[in-house]
Amino acid sequence: MLKSNNNLIPNGPKPKKAFSRSNIIIYGTLIVISIYYLLPLWVMVMTSLKGMPEIRMGNIFSPPLEITFEPWIKAWAHACTGINCDGLSRGFWNSVKILIPSLILSISVASVNGYALANWKFRGSEVFFTILIFGAFIPYQIMIYPIVILLREIGLMGSTAGLVLVHTIFGMPILTLLFRNHFAAIPEELFKAARVDGAGFWGIYFKVLLPMSVPIFVVAIILQVTGIWNDFLFGVIYTKPATYPMTVQLNNIVNSVQGVKEYNVNMAATLLTGLVPLAIYFVSGKLFVRGIAAGAVKG
Amino acid sequence: MSTKTPSVKVSNLDLHFGEIKVLQKLNLEINQGEFLVLLGSSGCGKSTLLNCIAGLLDISDGQIFIGNKNVTWAEPSERGIGMVFQSYALYPQMSVEGNLSFGLKNARMPKEEIRSRVDRAAKILQIEPLLNRKPGALSGGQRQRVAIGRALVRDVDVFLFDEPLSNLDAKLRVDLRVELKLLHQRLKNTIIYVTHDQIEAMTLANRIAIMKDGKIMQLGTPDEIYNHPQNLYVADFIGSPSMNFLEGKLKDSKFYYDSLILSMDSYKFTNKMNTNKNKVTIGIRPEHIITGELSKKAPITTNVIVKLVEPMGSDTLVYANLSETQIRIRMEGNAKVEAGDKLEIGIDPNRASLFDTKSEQRI
Repeated sequence: MLKSNNNLIPNGPKPKKAFSRSNIIIYGTLIVISIYYLLPLWVMVMTSLKGMPEIRMGNIFSPPLEITFEPWIKAWAHACTGINCDGLSRGFWNSVKILIPSLILSISVASVNGYALANWKFRGSEVFFTILIFGAFIPYQIMIYPIVILLREIGLMGSTAGLVLVHTIFGMPILTLLFRNHFAAIPEELFKAARVDGAGFWGIYFKVLLPMSVPIFVVAIILQVTGIWNDFLFGVIYTKPATYPMTVQLNNIVNSVQGVKEYNVNMAATLLTGLVPLAIYFVSGKLFVRGIAAGAVKG
Repeated sequence: MSTKTPSVKVSNLDLHFGEIKVLQKLNLEINQGEFLVLLGSSGCGKSTLLNCIAGLLDISDGQIFIGNKNVTWAEPSERGIGMVFQSYALYPQMSVEGNLSFGLKNARMPKEEIRSRVDRAAKILQIEPLLNRKPGALSGGQRQRVAIGRALVRDVDVFLFDEPLSNLDAKLRVDLRVELKLLHQRLKNTIIYVTHDQIEAMTLANRIAIMKDGKIMQLGTPDEIYNHPQNLYVADFIGSPSMNFLEGKLKDSKFYYDSLILSMDSYKFTNKMNTNKNKVTIGIRPEHIITGELSKKAPITTNVIVKLVEPMGSDTLVYANLSETQIRIRMEGNAKVEAGDKLEIGIDPNRASLFDTKSEQRI
């Protein structure tokens, strides 16, 4: 068989080997890695659907014998943190109230920033940009206490507005970098053409650049939603129990020491908290591709 | 020509970025309805000059007038210009109609007026069926038409073209070049056109300005530029294959090069006193070297040995050595020559150009 194979005259498409050694190694590695990442998720989902008696039996990998949504309902509406017993729902809405304004504020300011730095260079704009980028490399921890004082002085300590301000400021360096580089990559002639056509600073931004920049906005939204939603440190420092974001509340539920450890409720609460970033990835993935596919300057 | 006020006037224009001087004391006047081509190799400042005229670059010193109005400090949109860019620079998210009407909408023009202007431009450029398409769905030539249309709808006197045909393939470039010339003959706008393609410059221009290092080396009609280059740079730059240069000396109106003596009696010197000079370069275009039977009638004849033959279809390019210098001779397409042949050539001093080797200026 091998001999005749050697005598084969090359003609037409090259025959592909389905199970070559390198393929086995690649797919094998991929399968092992995906199991490694998916197993904890499997355990979490299964545990959250079991009742406590079933959990006590061990067998964390086995599917539930009797599916119950009780833990999910409890995690959302009845779980206790301190004196409040209204579950994660309070934290969820707090996080939404923090996320939406931070998202809008940081992305609108950073995109205009990046646009101005890329297209309307002024004296010292490069220095300004360098300083801003430098800000991205300063560890958060250094700034925590000064910001506490700052927020106290302007009367926003402990409020949602204060946290929104903090998120906006901390998102600025990386988002500005993102937008500046994006706008700098758009051919300058397009910008010149718009100027000849009489469009001003805002006209060019809204009518010419914004419509062709959907993908980069999606990237910024992904960055900011995951960053702000997953934030724990700023939330726990700059807000008070009534305005705690979801992550902080999750921690308080999971780590509460009173009574029995309800693993199923904890798992459900954790999954609930992770749903928002997850949803963003699923929704924006499509938008992202569509954004890239549309519009081209040159042929 | 001199009595009319120029359509565009640039006076004493300076532009520097920090220490780098891009344009220096540049003066230029363009007449009403004139097609002026700024020609030069890359980095000579031709696009920069165009951007200064358009108001897209802030100048360091000097003044710019368009249509008798001082527009030195005016915004690009207030200058009464339309501009076409090399990369078309169409707004990718707008339809062709949106692209054409964008400037007019910014100027808050009434809807009916926009409608009629867009229709007129679309008709002139024959892009009516494309009005609802996005630029992404157009071919290169169609995009460039839309870009020209965007300048057309502005109904201005001056059009600025920044290498508009350089992104197109060779055949399309020739077609659009012809169309541009027809368009200019029809509309009679003033056009300033930047290119590095000398064929484009020669075919389109009323006058050509050849630029080098931010200075205009020569400003003249294509005929003047080609046949009476003012300096060695222009002589060398224009023409393909380029001019042959021989270095020799000039004595009593006779040019001496090795054993070759060319009597320049009938040559039109820029200055009659210039008939004696030690270092002189003579420039002769390859097609001005006469071969065959006619060469015997030329004022000066000599023999060369053919080194290399390049048949190009319409004509044949012959490389030969005249003493130590390699010269190029353009012969007709069906000329029967081969390497090693002895070739009799004739030179007519009237069609040659003499330059001072040191100052590089025409004498």
